[in-house]
Amino acid sequence: MEQKLKTDFDKFISSSNFSNQEIKLKKTALDNFLKNGFPSRKLENWKFSDIQQIIKKNIGELKFYNDYKIENEINEDIYIKEIEHNKIVIVNGKVERLNFEYEESDKIILTTLDNFNQNSNEDNSLLSLNNCFSNKIHNILLKKNYSFKKPLIIYQITNEKVSNTNINFQLNFELEENSSIKIINISDDNSQKNFMNNLFNFNLGKNAILKNYKLERKTNTNIKYDYSSIIHKENSISEIFIFSSGSDYIKNEVNCNLEGQYSSAFINGIHLLSKNKHHEIRTKTKHLYENTKSYQLIKSVIDDSSKSVYQGKIYVDSKAQKTDGYQLSKALLLNEQAEFNAKPELEIYADDVKCSHGSASGSLDENSIFYLMSRGLDQKTAKELLINGFLLEVVEKITDEEIKKLIKNMIGLN
Amino acid sequence: MRDKQIENLKDYKYGFSTDIESFKAPKGLNEEVIRFISNIKKEPDWLLQWRLKAFERLKVLKEPNWQKPKYPKIDYQDLYYYSAPKSFKEKPKNLEDLDPKLLETYKKLGIPLQEQKRLNGIAVDAVFDSVSVATTFKDTLTEKGIIFCSISEAIQKHPDLVKKYLGSVIPITDHFFATLNSAVFTDGSFVYIPPNVKCPMELSTYFRINASDTGQFERTLIIADKGSYVSYLEGCTAPMRDENQLHAANVELIALDDAEIKYSTVQNWYPGDKDGKGGIYNFVTKRGLCKGKNSKISWTQVETGSAITWKYPSCILKGDNSIGEFYSIAITNNHQKADTGTKMIHLGKNTKSKIISKGISAGKSDMTYRGLVDISKNASNSTNYTQCDSLLMGNKCGAHTIPYIKNKNSNSNIAHEATTSKISEDQLHYCQQRGLNQEEAVGLIVNGFCKEVLQQLPMEFAVEAQKLVGISLEGSVG
Repeated sequence: MEQKLKTDFDKFISSSNFSNQEIKLKKTALDNFLKNGFPSRKLENWKFSDIQQIIKKNIGELKFYNDYKIENEINEDIYIKEIEHNKIVIVNGKVERLNFEYEESDKIILTTLDNFNQNSNEDNSLLSLNNCFSNKIHNILLKKNYSFKKPLIIYQITNEKVSNTNINFQLNFELEENSSIKIINISDDNSQKNFMNNLFNFNLGKNAILKNYKLERKTNTNIKYDYSSIIHKENSISEIFIFSSGSDYIKNEVNCNLEGQYSSAFINGIHLLSKNKHHEIRTKTKHLYENTKSYQLIKSVIDDSSKSVYQGKIYVDSKAQKTDGYQLSKALLLNEQAEFNAKPELEIYADDVKCSHGSASGSLDENSIFYLMSRGLDQKTAKELLINGFLLEVVEKITDEEIKKLIKNMIGLN
Repeated sequence: MRDKQIENLKDYKYGFSTDIESFKAPKGLNEEVIRFISNIKKEPDWLLQWRLKAFERLKVLKEPNWQKPKYPKIDYQDLYYYSAPKSFKEKPKNLEDLDPKLLETYKKLGIPLQEQKRLNGIAVDAVFDSVSVATTFKDTLTEKGIIFCSISEAIQKHPDLVKKYLGSVIPITDHFFATLNSAVFTDGSFVYIPPNVKCPMELSTYFRINASDTGQFERTLIIADKGSYVSYLEGCTAPMRDENQLHAANVELIALDDAEIKYSTVQNWYPGDKDGKGGIYNFVTKRGLCKGKNSKISWTQVETGSAITWKYPSCILKGDNSIGEFYSIAITNNHQKADTGTKMIHLGKNTKSKIISKGISAGKSDMTYRGLVDISKNASNSTNYTQCDSLLMGNKCGAHTIPYIKNKNSNSNIAHEATTSKISEDQLHYCQQRGLNQEEAVGLIVNGFCKEVLQQLPMEFAVEAQKLVGISLEGSVG
């Protein structure tokens, strides 16, 4: 693999026009990745999902070279028609369209970064891989006091032109004071057996609000890793919603750093798995200042021989007095072969805090099914009703009514 | 007896040191030391081979490093692996010679003077007294067919039982410290309860006649045969001052059909001084196997001592309908560190487990609950309930909860809850208003917090544990 990485890297650099600074950073990133390789179960964070093995088993030999010169056509049928929105369309890791037609153009600054964040995280070599092979990184800056009028939908599309390829993509958002944005990520995969590595960086200024809804529905055999890093300044709020169901393997990772007082982070997630899928959500909220809040609610419905994993960590620094941290994960196992693993973790160094976590897993309640059936529902409907009710709690947490309606329609929960 | 041993030593062809005062095997960990230990204990050949096999395995094992409390590297070649009872010359002659702090603690625990003396081996008559007491107990036990002796004695007298069960729960291929213990263990307790016998009294190392210095590598083996019941108390309620830095004991419990074992520990080893100097590294492996149907193993622990506590009393629920329980209070103060919890491994059908863990950290200490609940595919209709609560006192300490939850069976239920909080001002104010001073108030509130676990301890133990909780937290408020 090492040789392949090196030759693909040289090919990638020579076919692109990166600045010297970028090339230098990319080389360091490559060295970092070469040193550590793909994470395996030996690392605590990857204990339940050994991505090294998963790639080896499902993809085999990976190609790292991705030609960003190819012009891809966009099938506009996939656009959401129910709501007016701005668009970013990404095809095979390349930004094909940036469209902010509903916004004031002088309030948004679009740039590409050439001095990207190194993220040299010791147990996350995938960030290095991303830094190394991602194309030009777009940076979207919202100026002070500007709120997006319409939501931004990021369409992440892959087409049949790629297979057995590692696709890396990175996007940066900077929200200045009092700005706000709603983002919906929708993935549409028409490719098979790729390893996709997405990285989103959010920097929230004072009083900024970020709402990010990630929807992953279309069945495909890709392996995905999705990493969001959110840095909070004073009084800023982030709301993340994850619906993960389509791909064979996904690990969604959300890292929130609450650095300013009164800042809060909300993370809600759903795993709806069938057949032979393996999905993981990992959240890490770091309370680094007084009076910060975080909430996580993760629910899994697991059928057939699928596997759902939740790893959640709440870290409270000794400075972060008056922290509120609340975490709950629940799982319904519908089949003998289904599996649920959880590691809800608390690491606390301050005494005046309220932190709790709960985790429960089990089967559907027989009494509830009996109750519904005795009122005339057949067993299938009764089960569906209970599962819908179970998941609806998470969807109801979405604070934007318009988007909540859209998502309910899309995933068929009413 | 000792002379004879020394004689043996002299004859020993490798010419080990025969200093009477210390009476130790030469420093270091190697095959010769293991042969020396085995030889001096007159062990049968199979056990020597067993030890050597463990030692072979040890050579390829690495020390685990995933735990929260980090400790300075231990030089295993710089330790004594065998140390016979020290001569009385070294022991304090009377109570006045003792550390006044130790005496103060005794006083608070309410341990009678006679016992204080015995605990320190001061007054010979006291020792004799208790020996006779112990013998009376022994008669009652022998009548019922209960075997309760040191493991060295068991190896000589009941080799079949030992051979059958030793290492059946903690194999020699286990982790580093367990394997180290298998290679070099010196002594420990052995209990066998015959079928359908309910042990009439709480067994404890306290009552064992030859409970001489058990050293740093204890090995305890408890077997409850079909339909039997035993409650075993480990440790001492009074502080045990151990000079050893490393304490790596192995405890194996085996419960056959319908048997029940209740194992209670009050661990109060030397925690080091206020600045975190000294103290014991308590790296203990405790594991129980519910081998038969309807068997039950229940662990109760009160952990207040040791500089570093690193242990996870576990239950392997192999028999159908078996039950595993774990009740724990862990208190850390000053610079103490504890990483403790349990593992409940559900293999049989209709197995149940319950975990109640209470952690209290004060001063500059760090306290981690780490646990595993694993319900395997075949363990249908199993349930687990876990509750772990932490209490923090001050903002220089840490409290962490790291549970691993694995559910592979859709008919099984797992529920886990954890909270972290501090003693509220309101509660303190209320108690103080009614005339308690601050420390008493804290003691009262903490005892309430721990109540669920304290209730599980045998009567006499519970009272002392309650006091111990108060003492451990002394000076942590204000």
